[in-house]
Amino acid sequence: MSTTLTLKTAAELRTTHLRQEMFPTIFCDGCGLGNVLNYTLWAVEQVGLDLDRTVFVSGIGCSSRLTGYVNADGMHTTHGRALSFATGIKAANPDLNVIVFTGDGDGSGIGGNHLLHTIRRNMDLTVILVNNFTYGMTGGQSAPTSPTGSFSPTTPYGNVEHPLDICELAQALGAPYVARWPVSVPSQPIKSIAQGISKRGFSLIEMMAPCPTAYGRRNGLRGIEPNWQWYRDHTVLVDEYERVEQFGSPEERAALRDKMKIGVFQDIERESFGDRWAALVDRVKL
Amino acid sequence: MSTYRERIRQALGAKVQFVQGDDACAYGAILAGCTFFAGYPITPATEVAERMSEILPKLGGCYIQMEDEIASIGAIIGASWTGVKVMTATSGPGFSLMQENLGYGIITETPCVIINVQRSGPSTGQPTMGAYGDMMQARWGTHGDHEIILLCPSSVQEAMELTIVAFNMAEQYRTPVLLFIDGELGHMRERLVIPDDSEITLFDRVRAESMEGYKPFQVGESLVPAFAPFGSGYRTYVTGLTHNEQGLPRTSSPAIHDKLVRRLAAKINDHTDDIVRYEEFYADDCDVAIVAYGITARTCRDVVEEARGRGIKAGLLRLITIWPFPEALVARWAERVRAILVPEMNMGQIYHPIREAVEGRCAVRLLAKIGGELHTPTELLDALEELSCQPR
Repeated sequence: MSTTLTLKTAAELRTTHLRQEMFPTIFCDGCGLGNVLNYTLWAVEQVGLDLDRTVFVSGIGCSSRLTGYVNADGMHTTHGRALSFATGIKAANPDLNVIVFTGDGDGSGIGGNHLLHTIRRNMDLTVILVNNFTYGMTGGQSAPTSPTGSFSPTTPYGNVEHPLDICELAQALGAPYVARWPVSVPSQPIKSIAQGISKRGFSLIEMMAPCPTAYGRRNGLRGIEPNWQWYRDHTVLVDEYERVEQFGSPEERAALRDKMKIGVFQDIERESFGDRWAALVDRVKL
Repeated sequence: MSTYRERIRQALGAKVQFVQGDDACAYGAILAGCTFFAGYPITPATEVAERMSEILPKLGGCYIQMEDEIASIGAIIGASWTGVKVMTATSGPGFSLMQENLGYGIITETPCVIINVQRSGPSTGQPTMGAYGDMMQARWGTHGDHEIILLCPSSVQEAMELTIVAFNMAEQYRTPVLLFIDGELGHMRERLVIPDDSEITLFDRVRAESMEGYKPFQVGESLVPAFAPFGSGYRTYVTGLTHNEQGLPRTSSPAIHDKLVRRLAAKINDHTDDIVRYEEFYADDCDVAIVAYGITARTCRDVVEEARGRGIKAGLLRLITIWPFPEALVARWAERVRAILVPEMNMGQIYHPIREAVEGRCAVRLLAKIGGELHTPTELLDALEELSCQPR
């Protein structure tokens, strides 16, 4: 079976989907945020979202600057709070499509509690959480996702903390759609973001994106190539991960320890806040 | 099919009711056309949320209980950008948590109403006791240069009426408006008469009329930009960063920051005639004045009569609008009186702007009371008597 999609060309997409006056971007060389924006817009185009009816919401940090580059309604809010604002927008006008850009610090550090409850409530939002293992905008300090032992200006002797697996958290909380991809693979993230947008309820797409400038240079990942190589070496597809965990040799299982699972972790149906609220209003409305 | 206004009447129930101040705030919001409420339970403000959760779905609106007060104010600001009227309600600890997003509401010019049913602090303090300890936090709690509108009713009836006014001001000036009562007034029940629609004036934010040349933060004479809700095709970008008229971040230009922040202040300060509300008793025949607000002003009203019966020419200036502070009004009183008594349910907050406005023209005496009890008439009378002996 083949599907024919009439998609815009990249040049057309640039004209229609980007806010021209915001360019050039603030992003550093080798930063993965341009890829994330690219994949998101292709997904938006694939799903056929009407940009006039779509709001992009973000918090604070490099990834949260992405909203400014999209030619749609956008709300660049306070640090960690994007999901609260997005919740208000979606709850007040369920007809709008709401897409959230956030980072690992913004979304799982200062905004962790909002993440937890927005998933529990199952707000119909698509959250694209960009994980670069660091607080990039303030100069690369240690984040909740920074690997143990990694170096930063606030962990000059190595990070002693355990990193958070945001997707595992989202999965445990019952998010209908959860996926993680590195920016080094383009087609899977586009597909996942498109699936996330189409999903009724909360969807989380964690994008692993390099920050060569603030994180990379202190952790042997200066430049683009070593970063993309790191993704190749340190990620494993979820199916393969589970296979090795179950049937792998002790050596194979040991090798999993410093790898991050990637892929689609959860794709289920669950009634959203909006659906339930609408039903409640139908029941009690005067 | 009944109209929306008719359904509001149906949802609110009897025209005359015996309700709490918290209920009255909720009723005022509904009458003002509020269709979105986000909040978090906190004593003594919880009943506002309870009433909203009961009424809003009946009217097809939305009530959502958020995970904390930070999220509550975030949600109402987000909702406001879809073009609806929004409110949250809290008490001191929650109001502390709201400070950052309050500043976001100010710089993004988002209409919203925040009710604070004050209790004693600092910190968790006395949750069930009334206080007015957040008056200065209202003014300067959020960081950076800004103006704020704060209204303080003195009765259950006025709590409802001023909540409607708060919505109108939020819409007209496109800014967060605060309405503060206290645990005492919030939980006190008294007679409430729900006004007819003919007695209510409502103001809706001015909408953008044409996309041609539209800039979301460009202003005319009113200094208030025209509003285009999310989803209307205007593709507005809203940011808490310093921005130009188009709404795009311009964070390194002193001139753009200066222009924006001064305009945000001027849109309020240039309209104090409309915003400043007060009530005067014996203004023209007064030797010793009380300047009071909130529930305290209510006791003062009787005390003034009592004092006059004892031969003290007492008067009362009841401040309804606290911020922007009615400096000229207080200065006018200071010209005429021997002394001003400032009873406050805190250790002296509005006392300071009063002294600033008085500028030494008369004596100003603070009668601070904390711990949750109201000023007794005797305490106020004794203070008035003492002040009436003050040399001019």
